[in-house]
Amino acid sequence: MPADLPLTPSEEGAVIATSSASPPVQAPTDTAVELHGITKRFPGVVANDDINIVVRRGHVHAIVGENGAGKSTLMKILYGMQRPDDGTISVDGREVNFHSPSDAIDAGVGMVHQHFMLADNLTVLENVVLGSEPTRAGWIDFGTAKSRISEIAETYGLEVAPDTLVEDLGVGERQRVEILKVLYRGARILILDEPTAVLVPQEVDELFDNLRELKEEGLTILFISHKLDEVLQVADEITVIRRGTTVDTVDPSSVTARELAELMVGSELPTPETRESTVTDVPVLEVEGLSIRPAQSRPVLEDISFTIHRGEVLGIAGVEGNGQAELVEAIMGMRPVTEGRIELGDTDMSSWSTRSRREAGIGYIPEDRQRHGMLLDAPLWENRMLGHQTEKPNVNGVWIDRANARKDTERIIREYDVRTPGVDVLAASLSGGNQQKLIVGREMSGEPKVLIAAHPTRGVDVGAQAAIWEHIRAARRAGLAVLLISADLDELIGLSDSLKVILRGRFVADVDPGAVTPQELGSAMTGAGEAS
Amino acid sequence: MTATAQAVAGAPGAPPAPKRRLARPGWPTVLLAFAGFIVVLSVIAAITGADQLTSSGTVGAAVALAVPIGMAGLGGLWSERAGVVNIGLEGMLILGTWGGGWAGYHWGPWVGVLVGALMGAAGGLLHAIATVTFGVDHIVSGVAINILGLGVTQYLSVIAFEGTPGGGESQSPPIGDISEVSIPGIGDPLDELQDKGWFLVSDVAGIVRGLTVGISLLTLVAILLVVGTYYVLWRTAFGLRLRSCGESPVAAESLGVNVYLMKYAAVLVSGGLAGFGGAYLALVLGNGYREGQTGGRGFIGLAAMIFGNWRPGGLAAGAGLFGYTDALQLRSSEAVHALLLLVGVLLVVVSIWLAVRRRVVGAAVTFVAGVVFLVWYAATDTLPEQITNMTPYVTTLLVLAFASQRLRMPAADGLPYRRGQGG
Amino acid sequence: MSTATARFGRVDVRRLAVSIAAPALAILFSLIVTGLVLVSSGDPVWSTLEQVWEYAKTPRVIALSVNQGVTYYLSALAVAIGFRMNLFNIGVDGQYRLAAFSAAVVGGSFSLPKPLHITIIVLVAMLVGAMWAGIAAALKVTRGVSEVISTIMLNAIATSLIAFMLGKVAVDVAGSNNIGTDPIDETGAFPGIPLIPDSELDVYGFILVAIAAGIAYSVVLGRTRFGYDLRATGRSEPAAVASGVSVKRMVLISMLLSGAVAGLVGMPQLLGGDSRTYSLDFPAGLGFTGIAIALLGRNNAVGMAFSALLFSFLDASSIILDINDISKEIVLIMQGTIVLSVVIAYELVRRYSIVAEQRRVSRELAAQRDVDAEGVPA
Repeated sequence: MPADLPLTPSEEGAVIATSSASPPVQAPTDTAVELHGITKRFPGVVANDDINIVVRRGHVHAIVGENGAGKSTLMKILYGMQRPDDGTISVDGREVNFHSPSDAIDAGVGMVHQHFMLADNLTVLENVVLGSEPTRAGWIDFGTAKSRISEIAETYGLEVAPDTLVEDLGVGERQRVEILKVLYRGARILILDEPTAVLVPQEVDELFDNLRELKEEGLTILFISHKLDEVLQVADEITVIRRGTTVDTVDPSSVTARELAELMVGSELPTPETRESTVTDVPVLEVEGLSIRPAQSRPVLEDISFTIHRGEVLGIAGVEGNGQAELVEAIMGMRPVTEGRIELGDTDMSSWSTRSRREAGIGYIPEDRQRHGMLLDAPLWENRMLGHQTEKPNVNGVWIDRANARKDTERIIREYDVRTPGVDVLAASLSGGNQQKLIVGREMSGEPKVLIAAHPTRGVDVGAQAAIWEHIRAARRAGLAVLLISADLDELIGLSDSLKVILRGRFVADVDPGAVTPQELGSAMTGAGEAS
Repeated sequence: MTATAQAVAGAPGAPPAPKRRLARPGWPTVLLAFAGFIVVLSVIAAITGADQLTSSGTVGAAVALAVPIGMAGLGGLWSERAGVVNIGLEGMLILGTWGGGWAGYHWGPWVGVLVGALMGAAGGLLHAIATVTFGVDHIVSGVAINILGLGVTQYLSVIAFEGTPGGGESQSPPIGDISEVSIPGIGDPLDELQDKGWFLVSDVAGIVRGLTVGISLLTLVAILLVVGTYYVLWRTAFGLRLRSCGESPVAAESLGVNVYLMKYAAVLVSGGLAGFGGAYLALVLGNGYREGQTGGRGFIGLAAMIFGNWRPGGLAAGAGLFGYTDALQLRSSEAVHALLLLVGVLLVVVSIWLAVRRRVVGAAVTFVAGVVFLVWYAATDTLPEQITNMTPYVTTLLVLAFASQRLRMPAADGLPYRRGQGG
Repeated sequence: MSTATARFGRVDVRRLAVSIAAPALAILFSLIVTGLVLVSSGDPVWSTLEQVWEYAKTPRVIALSVNQGVTYYLSALAVAIGFRMNLFNIGVDGQYRLAAFSAAVVGGSFSLPKPLHITIIVLVAMLVGAMWAGIAAALKVTRGVSEVISTIMLNAIATSLIAFMLGKVAVDVAGSNNIGTDPIDETGAFPGIPLIPDSELDVYGFILVAIAAGIAYSVVLGRTRFGYDLRATGRSEPAAVASGVSVKRMVLISMLLSGAVAGLVGMPQLLGGDSRTYSLDFPAGLGFTGIAIALLGRNNAVGMAFSALLFSFLDASSIILDINDISKEIVLIMQGTIVLSVVIAYELVRRYSIVAEQRRVSRELAAQRDVDAEGVPA
């Protein structure tokens, strides 16, 4: 289906241009999307239960909820990737039945996914036109495609070079390609799924400026997020979803972030406690002059040095892709370094293998738990052993000590509140939060001297998140040293005793977590300003 | 776009250091490399006196032998570009040889080609059903298809060929030929030039003659298929969608591409191409179906595909290389002996290049290997037949050993895919 | 806090039933397909099956099947070691032949007291097999070459190599056109076991070695630290790396082990047969059957034993097909169909059991939630 060019403001008819300040009162024909009674069941869980949402045209309508509340399933239904078991969807006043994303695209619905759906080895142009290619006598009409893309890019301020390979683009640029994709297909209703998850405050502001421009052109935007302060900034209306059902639809000008959070969680939030310093002056992990300079390209890490003491949490803030992942891998021995020294206590471990480092007392909570932290097809007790398969209680000489490993797994399940019917259950059957709790429990059980925690509460529900934070705090009080990498600025500021910012492989700032604001931190992370 | 937006565009979220990518060589580079190769061959031929290295007979045979390998590799390319690894190409090749032999005997060679392709496609269908619909591991399914291809053809041979004139339980009766074409007028002059024995000139004459005289019509079809593949996969909507399935099936699905359908289409084409290659093997290169005539060419085709970085042009070059070594091995053990000198010299040159770039271990290993080949050349006069038989396989290993690391296979190749797994 | 599943000793009955379902389905399906093929080529289905069944029960055929099964089992073990690591050692074929040839040459060149002679022969075989597999492993670890293609190439190279070397060292085999290696003396003969009553054919004594190998396979992979590391690498390479496993080392070791076991494949025939020589008609293709059996037996020591016996019975009884003018290649078709259908069946069963398990877990968690309804909601 050839994509129609989006209408420019001069061609558009009566457009209701709402500002984000005043709550609009509209007649029903001005609704862009209506969801009534949407229900979706999967084996063992009801993902959506009687969802009711009305989205008015020209609005930015936010949908908030915890992880696992059912937001993604709902959006997949709206985009045609899933069929609802019950309920109706209306677009522009007409009831619709989407069997596939093509149907949704035809109805003018476009989705910008949280995890970008782009093919790295194809060009921007190929990614944008895929599935709606302009053709001439059977061949792809690259000329027409290029001119269309340029027009849209100019109209909405989304600059991007059509012949670049997507893998050469940065995160913000990739998101622009995603938005370009849906606009190219004439979408009038955009669904943005956690768009700010990988952006820093400055990029978020740009995105919101873009959204306002899109709104002025008459487009409707559904904005899914769990970042409440951003949502309050940009949305015209907010619907809260909890446990698969709609709780309430509120006007952002009349509600605070805290009230929203309580609607999301369904109860009072625990207040953050004031902490006393547990930092000692005994260095546990010392890294000096760490550099990774690959032969043919830019240095990945340049002269990284830091020290973590007993009882200290060192946080590292930075936009993804600036060397954090590589730093973690270097410390764990999973990546070769060009130069530098890593010392654990008094021992120089720079040339040790990953196994030796682990055995010496480095615990590791990996960023991607499903890839690096678990064996999904293995039972829980075998997962408890992962990373510690040469230590007691898991092994006895060369043999696996099944009985003790199982008993210890049961202990971890109890102490860390892992919700599972047993230790023989496959790890894949557990929810993300419970998997993470198991991993945290496992790493803490090895009596580590240092804990490397990379995004320890990513994709984890609020309750589990609070529990994990508490475990980290408790361990810190007992003398554990922690290296905390996170994209959650609240987590970084809340947990860290000292905080550094990494940019393009170097430390560019050293801030006091007690005094810095998210805005200042964001500036340092993007290099756009100085942080104190 | 605001000013800060511009500034920010490149800076944060800086992409991870770009992987070293093998850039596509432009036409000048390719022609230069080809020319260089011819010069080197001429030199070796002059030194060793093995003028079969550049004779028109060898080159003509090389082109013909390259076709089944190239077709199998092309089949592999179609399949893997859509994300399905196809190890079963050998089995589909075998099915093609059988189809060519059987239908060729009954209804003439052109029908044989058609039936061979269809039988190969049937093998492809089976592979598609197993991997796409049932999510079976691609390699396991491929191995099963190879076993089945062998078993089915052996079984059917007994039924179809026993008692036929010139046929038996492991071969079909001989079949009529497919016509050949030549560029008129230059065949004889080039032949004379070749016989003169002048350095480089005669060699080039021999090579040109091999490429222009006595080319089977089916070879032309094969070349068209290779060129056509480029245009279809890189210039049509169908091709873009197919490639997207191999790079990011979730992206493709989210844009309404029917990933399952694309994969099925790709694997069917893959089987058809392999079947065509098998029919060619039976009808043009052989004299009908003969058990065991494929000799692992399905796998060599895969190596050619990898060597070509999953692109038709590179694949053709790889197939040509393998066809050349195959031709040498069949026609002249003296020439294979001369190859030892060539390989030895190449390895020594590569080791010097590696040493210059301070890659000590690699340099040492290649140097030692090069010396081994040179010594071997010097110490022997000829190579025994069984050793020369190994030439294509050893070449494959060497090619893979050098080429595997710098190449870029389709990102989602070999990964199982189920609808709705995106997001 | 263990779940209430039906357990018989330490065996989970439900899981057992599920694991048997797939191969049973596959065999049934291939029987149907084979029957259809027979029908379409005009061969009588029922009487064929009957004849095969009758013939299979004769003592001689049973003995032959067990013997062949020993060989198949070893081949499957070799392949399975690779499979558990997600490596495809398709080169078992070349490895066992090269190993058998080398062992035959070495063994035929001297004579020692029996236990020593046999031990040396077997060790040579395992060493050569491991070395040949090691080439593919080295290529994979240092240059990233896919072991699928490299092992296949090495198979072909092995064939040529053996043909070449056989030409150099061979002597004529008495009473035929065959040439083979110098026969191994009687001191190298592995004694047979008269296991099958009424059969004058002994069962290969090597069956004891095969059983020991199977036990070792099971125990090492399932109960040792090394086995845990190996299985972890096969399940998820990134997770294994993060847990401290050196993947390169693992690939190397498991390919070497696989090659070493592959070296054993030719031993029953070489040491237990009549001629104790490696000749031109030494059985070939056993590597591919090993792949099929490993798949059917799901890389499980007991499962592979049953599968090996099934395949060997099919092979042995197919002689009767020849006598009745039915092409015995039908057995190949049946084997190929089994391979395909068993992997499809396993996939279907796996999907079903994942869904069933998720449902079960949710149910049990919900039940727990109801029980401790006063608990902290976090």
